[in-house]
Amino acid sequence: MCKPYSGYNYAYLDEQTKRMIRRALLKALAIPGYQVPFGSREMPLPYGWGTGGVQITAAILGPKDVLKVIDQGADDTTNAVSIRRFFENLAQVKTTEDPRAATLIQTRHRIPEMPLQEQQVLVYQVPQPEPLRSLESSEQETRKMHGYSEYGLMQVRLYEDIARFGHIATTYGYPVMVNERYLMSPTPIPKFDNPKMHLNPCIQLFGAGREKRIYAVPPYTQVRSLDFDDHPFSIQTWPQACDLCGDQHSYLDEVVLDDQGGRMFVCSDSFHCQSRQQQGHLGARQRQEEQAHD
Amino acid sequence: MYVAVKGGEKAIRNSHALISEERRGDLEVPELTVEQIREQMSLSVDRVMTEGSIYDRNLAALAIKQAQGDLVEAIFLLRAFRATLPRLAHSLPLDTAKMQVQRRISASYKDLPGGQILGPTYDYTHRLLDFNLALDGMEREQAVVADQGVDPHLPRVADVLNHEGLIEPEQQGAAQEPFDLTRQPMSFPASRDQRLQALARGDEGFLLALGYSTQRGYGGNHPFAGEIRLGEVEVWIQPEGLDFAVSIGDIKVSECQMINQFKGNAEHPPQFTRGYGLAFGHSERKTMAMALVDRALRAPELGESVRFPAQQPEFVLYHSDNVEASGFVQHLKLPHYVDFQAELQLVRQLRQEHQAKQRDKQQAASQGADSAQAPSTASQSQEPNHV
Repeated sequence: MCKPYSGYNYAYLDEQTKRMIRRALLKALAIPGYQVPFGSREMPLPYGWGTGGVQITAAILGPKDVLKVIDQGADDTTNAVSIRRFFENLAQVKTTEDPRAATLIQTRHRIPEMPLQEQQVLVYQVPQPEPLRSLESSEQETRKMHGYSEYGLMQVRLYEDIARFGHIATTYGYPVMVNERYLMSPTPIPKFDNPKMHLNPCIQLFGAGREKRIYAVPPYTQVRSLDFDDHPFSIQTWPQACDLCGDQHSYLDEVVLDDQGGRMFVCSDSFHCQSRQQQGHLGARQRQEEQAHD
Repeated sequence: MYVAVKGGEKAIRNSHALISEERRGDLEVPELTVEQIREQMSLSVDRVMTEGSIYDRNLAALAIKQAQGDLVEAIFLLRAFRATLPRLAHSLPLDTAKMQVQRRISASYKDLPGGQILGPTYDYTHRLLDFNLALDGMEREQAVVADQGVDPHLPRVADVLNHEGLIEPEQQGAAQEPFDLTRQPMSFPASRDQRLQALARGDEGFLLALGYSTQRGYGGNHPFAGEIRLGEVEVWIQPEGLDFAVSIGDIKVSECQMINQFKGNAEHPPQFTRGYGLAFGHSERKTMAMALVDRALRAPELGESVRFPAQQPEFVLYHSDNVEASGFVQHLKLPHYVDFQAELQLVRQLRQEHQAKQRDKQQAASQGADSAQAPSTASQSQEPNHV
C-alpha cells in the first residue's frame, strides 16, 4: 500500500495556487470588507464544509505555525476534527486547542471567547459572502450596490423587523459595516460575537470556496453592527450561567437531557469551558454531582 | 449525566471502515474490477468524465467504484483529483467535422451527404427487461462489420445551412486564451466560452429539467435537432514557440447542434440560431439538454425577453454544478447548534411577545364586553414554555 498523502504538495495546494490566494488576501486586506473574487479550487472536501477557509489556511500555513480548528466553538466536532486531520496529514502542522497558543485559528460559526492578539490570524469559513443576497438575488446587482455604498435596503429590512416585532429579529449573520465603507457578512456567527470583530488586534480572513470570494478585516479595524439610534444593537444574554463552568458571560449551547423539558446550558466554546473548570470554576450541575459523590 | 457529543477521530475512522465494508458488499460475490466498470458501465464512465471535467476512463471507473456507483460522488472525486494537476496547455478548437463518426443523425433533413448513421443507441429498443442478461455464460450479440466504411468527411448540418446564410454564422473562437472556469471565478455577463464550460460541467439532471422546461413553454424557442454526432476526434495543441500544431490523441465526444427559429430584429434578419452541446463519451441526453439551455441563455443577446429560469444566466450557471450544489445542500448535516440556539431564543421571545399581545387584546375585548353584558368565558390556550 502506498501512503495516501505522499504525492501531494505541502498543505495540498500547489505553490502557484497559494500565490494566487495570497494576492487575493492582500487585496482583501487593503480594502477591508470588499469581496475579492478568486480562482477557488476544488478541494477534497465538499463545498459548504469549509473549502474557502481551508484554501486560505493552506495558502498561509507554514511549518512553524500552530493550528487550532473549531466548529460551533468546539475543537471536537466532527468537521473540525476532519479539517485538523487534513492539515496534520498534508502539512505536518502542530495543532492545539488553546487559542492563546495558536498562530492560526480556523473557525466556523464562532469567535473564541478568549481575546485574540496581534500576530494571530483568524480564518472564517463562509457559506454566503454576500450580505445582500437574501434581499437581491443577482450578483450583478449586489456588486453595483456595494460600488455605490447603496445599503438602504438592508436598513429597511432591519426597520421592517422593528415595525413588526418591536425589535430587530436577526440573531446570527448579523450585518456589519466595515471601516464605514463596505457592508459585510460576519458569516453565520451569532450576533453575540459581532462586537469581538471590532478593533480586534488579530487579522481576520474570510474564505468562501463555493462562491469564490475572499474578504478580510485587518487588525484594529472598525466593525459596526447596523442598528438605529432608538434601537441600539444588543447581543444575546442568558438568564442562567454555564452548567459546567458557571460562566455568566459566554455563549451557551442548550443540551436536551430528556423528553420532559429537561435542559442544561453549556459553553459553546469547549476550550474556554474546560480551562475554567480546571481553574476551579464550577457550574450548577458540576456542583450537584460533587455533592452526590460526597 | 451529560456526556459531550464528541465526533472524534475514532468515530470518523470507524465510519470509513464501515463504508469500505458496505462498498465491498457480500464477500461471496467476486469484487468488481475497475476494468469491468470501464468496459461494462461505460455510459456511467462517460457522464463522470464529462461532469468531472477530465478525460480518463480508468480514473472515472475507479471513482465510480470508490463512490459505490454514486455518480455525483464519483464526479466530485474526479474533480478534486483534477484540481491537483498542472494545466500544461489549452487545445485548439476541436474540429468535429473531421470526426471518426460512429453515429450521426439529423432530425431536420431526411437525407444528407454521408447519410443518417444510427450507430449504437437505445432509442429503438423496447424497454423490456432482458432476463438473459441476468444469466452467466451466455453469448452476447456482436454487431456485423460493414463492407464499407463511413464517409470520412461528413459535413455538419449547420454548415449546410450556413451555405445559404439561413443560420447565424458560427462565432470564430478568439485568438486569446479561452476562459478557464477551473481557474477563474464565474463573472457576469458570462461570455460564451464561460457559459459552455459551465454547461458541459453542469449536472445532467438539472440541465435536462431546464431544457425540458423550455419545451413546455418556459422560454421556448422551437428547436430542431439539426444534428447529433458521436465519434472520435483528434485533439491538437499548439505548444509555445512552435509554429505548428501537435496532435495529442483522440477522444470520444457527443455533439449536438440544435437549430432554433428566430424571427429577426432590427439588427439581424430572420434566420436560424444555434444552441450547442458537447460532452465526453456517449452522452446524448446531456448534449441535447445542454444545447437547449445554451440557446435559452442567449435570449438577452438576441433581444428576446428574459422571463423564465432557463433564460437567466446567473440562475442557470450558479446552480448547474452538482459538486457545488451537493456540497451546499448536504452541509446542512453539519452542526448548526450555535445558530439554532440563537433562533430558539428568538422564537421563544417572539412567542412570549405574541402571547402577551393576545392577552392584552382579549382583556381589552372582555372589558368592552363586561360593560355591555356577562363576562366572556373564552379560555386562553396556554402554550407550554421552556424558558
